[in-house]
Amino acid sequence: MVDLLFILVKIVVVFVALLLSVAYLTWLERKVLGHMQSRLGPHRVGINGLLQPIADGIKLFFKEDVIVTAADKVVYHLAPFIIVSTALLTIAVIPFGDAIKIFGHNILLRIADVNIGLLYIFALSSLGVYGIVLAGWSSNNKYALMGGLRSAAQMVSYELPLGLSTIGVLMQAESLSLSKIVQAQAAQGWFFLPQFIGFLIFFICAVAECNRTPFDLPEAEGELVAGFHIEYSSMKFALFFMAEYASVILMSALIVTLFFGGWLGPSFISCPAWCGPIWFGVKVFIFSFIFIWLRATFPRFRYDQLMKFGWKVLFPLSIINIAVTAVVMMR
Amino acid sequence: MAETRLNPQVRTETMILHMGPQHPSTHGVLRVDLELDGEVIQRAIPYLGHLHRGIEKLAENKTFHQVIPLTDRLDYLGPMVNNLGYALAVERLLGLQVPERSQVIRVIMAELTRIQSHLVWMGTHVLDIGAMSPIMYCFREREQILDIFEMVAGARMNPSYIRVGGVNGDLMSAARDKIAMFAETFPKHIKEYEDLLTNNPIWINRTKRVGTITAEEAIDLGTTGPTLRSCGYKWDLRKTNPYSGYETYQFDIILGKNGDVYDRYWVRIEEMKQSIDLIKQGLKKLKPGPIYADEAKVIPPIKEKVMTDIGALIHHFKIISEGFKVPEGEVYQAIETPRGELGFYIVSDGSSKPYRFKIKTPSFMNLMALDTLAKGRLLADIVAIIGSMDIVLGEIDK
Repeated sequence: MVDLLFILVKIVVVFVALLLSVAYLTWLERKVLGHMQSRLGPHRVGINGLLQPIADGIKLFFKEDVIVTAADKVVYHLAPFIIVSTALLTIAVIPFGDAIKIFGHNILLRIADVNIGLLYIFALSSLGVYGIVLAGWSSNNKYALMGGLRSAAQMVSYELPLGLSTIGVLMQAESLSLSKIVQAQAAQGWFFLPQFIGFLIFFICAVAECNRTPFDLPEAEGELVAGFHIEYSSMKFALFFMAEYASVILMSALIVTLFFGGWLGPSFISCPAWCGPIWFGVKVFIFSFIFIWLRATFPRFRYDQLMKFGWKVLFPLSIINIAVTAVVMMR
Repeated sequence: MAETRLNPQVRTETMILHMGPQHPSTHGVLRVDLELDGEVIQRAIPYLGHLHRGIEKLAENKTFHQVIPLTDRLDYLGPMVNNLGYALAVERLLGLQVPERSQVIRVIMAELTRIQSHLVWMGTHVLDIGAMSPIMYCFREREQILDIFEMVAGARMNPSYIRVGGVNGDLMSAARDKIAMFAETFPKHIKEYEDLLTNNPIWINRTKRVGTITAEEAIDLGTTGPTLRSCGYKWDLRKTNPYSGYETYQFDIILGKNGDVYDRYWVRIEEMKQSIDLIKQGLKKLKPGPIYADEAKVIPPIKEKVMTDIGALIHHFKIISEGFKVPEGEVYQAIETPRGELGFYIVSDGSSKPYRFKIKTPSFMNLMALDTLAKGRLLADIVAIIGSMDIVLGEIDK
């Protein structure tokens, strides 16, 4: 009974923390982009615009929910929920700390320790594509349709190298469980050094999976205006928005877990177990920042170039990476 | 892409996509009907007229002096050059000789306009291709130029500064210092943009060998300005048909090689550097002197005299209310604006209003090449192509 209570508390705490960080990632993005572009970013609502995400949320909530007459109603309503729930559910298997003791109970700092954690994440992120494709198709808009088609092709092509680039890590850690992978890094050192190529491929694919610049083709505002979510307004639009930022955080969390030692701090600093979530948070923040930084710097790829890059560069490279890892480990 | 039809029994259709008039990348209110096969463009037909104000017809009912504000509103990113083109045309009809100082000021203003127009072009073009930062940097520098315009002419967007027979108000020393300072600092900023783009592989992929056009095609389609020069064709009216004393300045025509989007980008970047050089030369040439031509029939007397001398007051009233009379005849005067050849064709019947007023605008000519450039390219390319042509709908629709 007490265990169940602890799980419930953990779920609530984690999801509230995730949603808050999603909200404040939008603030961070606007602020960082602003300063990189010699502007100020939001600074009117609250100190330094800190209440801006809340104001935005309230505004979107009260906006009229325009429903396209020619849309396929069921799918149209379903799509934002698919994309946001698959994005948020991924957090369940991410470990953000080792076991700590509270009131004599040994508590693991993760919602679920699934032994196939990584597969679970890939399964969910593949499902997330449906959200985008269905949104694009059901809106009955040509721009949205093309955005949906592009994202279908993009996600499928980048999921492969994304998955393959982690295999090197799996071989070294000998487990699919994310907490085991972190523990293996405690013993062997962080994996981004031996798996540097894998890390690079994973990072590039992660950017593509989140539909972020320079891979933001599905919503390419230059040509497709807003792509797959062009016909969505009000809270449904906000859900797409949330899903995008949630996946930025989750992909950063995944990079940290797989390649940068998860909750582990640098080995020369000794810190009790409760430091874990702090280290984890700091690292996730750094990678989220890099996502934003990329957006301020790069132009967008073209559709065919994106495909070529995925299949002709990243895919062979990730296979070579596996082979090299295998050869090195055999010796 | 036609080979993708696996089963000949299945009927396939192309998709018509209406791009614009409200679209972030059509630079105003251009509407393009695209015929798409998947993402490949089969046809691109531009539809014009959403911003038509009838400037040519309006001008026929205004005195020659009153037409100047209309020319501001043609190409709203290069108002000074529009003024200049019009003023030169009327001056040729009148046979007016503009004083030296005024000519130098005109050149400086025209080159500043070129820079600010290219800055807006670059910001929006790069934004279309997906990089969102350069537009902010470009507008930061453009702001300085607009400040200079404000100091000189009192207005930022529509200054109506260059008048028939001279310029409206002298270039004060404060403005001159600001121009000199801008000329010093601006090259550093160009380097900033180039750091972000010129060698960026994504940028090169998106622009090289995209929207290619040969010099012959470019001439057949009537394109002008950087679009024509990017194919390597030597044509710059500042050199080939000099006006306002451009023949006394040292500069070369900047030429591209391949006529693709990247070369158009490169030509404009180099033109900005060259404009800075021309401005520096102009500042050196700036000698004290009158700014208006000495022609009492065209130029109203100075305000001080109007207030004190009855003859001057009558003279002023006559020129302002009735307008100055322009001798019978017709003239075509073309100048090199940031976008290319801007031509004013004016027929005068000897009255104070133009009998016929026709404008040949560079954006209109360049837009005609859209279909040729876009055919067979991907949807994402048309955005790059429209951006690279640097169209301004204000002067296309007139």
